[in-house]
Amino acid sequence: MSRLHTVNKSPFEKNSLESCIRLAKEGGAVLLFEDGIYGATKGTMISDKVSAAMKGLTFYVLGPDMKARGIRDDQLIDGVKVVDYSGFVDLVADHDNVQPWL
Amino acid sequence: MSDIKKFLYLNRKAPYGTIYALESLEVVLIGAAFEQDVSLAFVDDGVYELVKGQDTSEIGMKNFSPTYNALGDYDVNKLYVEKESLEARGLTEDDLMPLTYEDEDDDWAEKPSIRVVSSAELADIMDEQDVVLAF
Repeated sequence: MSRLHTVNKSPFEKNSLESCIRLAKEGGAVLLFEDGIYGATKGTMISDKVSAAMKGLTFYVLGPDMKARGIRDDQLIDGVKVVDYSGFVDLVADHDNVQPWL
Repeated sequence: MSDIKKFLYLNRKAPYGTIYALESLEVVLIGAAFEQDVSLAFVDDGVYELVKGQDTSEIGMKNFSPTYNALGDYDVNKLYVEKESLEARGLTEDDLMPLTYEDEDDDWAEKPSIRVVSSAELADIMDEQDVVLAF
């Protein structure tokens, strides 16, 4: 079974997402929420790193936090999955444990 | 008034994740009552404050982005956005709210408040200021 990593900080202000990507084991999942959702957008200075990490990790992003910030689905890196709050709960339930990156 | 000072509010934080963006906007609105020369700069994650289409209905927070539209009515109409910060985030000026003001010196013509500037241009603008307030 695998681990769910959560990131709620902007990748342009903190290195939480980069550390998560560096230290998460293959087969895990990463959920981006709050200011972390910016890490799921394409064409940024970190998007290549996220795309590369998607070989071993599944990326999810919390839709309500995207909407709040005016970020649309078509601005996301291909392959990132949008979830709602109940999807967040499902992710937590479906993984062995949750590791936050603050 | 003879002693008008140049005030720049420097915004470097995304909205909603922290309180900085909202606090800055409130201070700008309060400060606007003092008839100083006010400019706003949006740098780093601060550019996200101006992204259009914000809808906070599902996160239980107030969407304060429409308030930026009101700045023009308070003679706050110089909103500088750093081009390099937009580009680093995969954004263009089209992703931002179309903020405008009415120019009283030009028959109340509607003009854009947002000006996308380079880092070098912004450095010059910041250098001209008497006071820089950082958020």
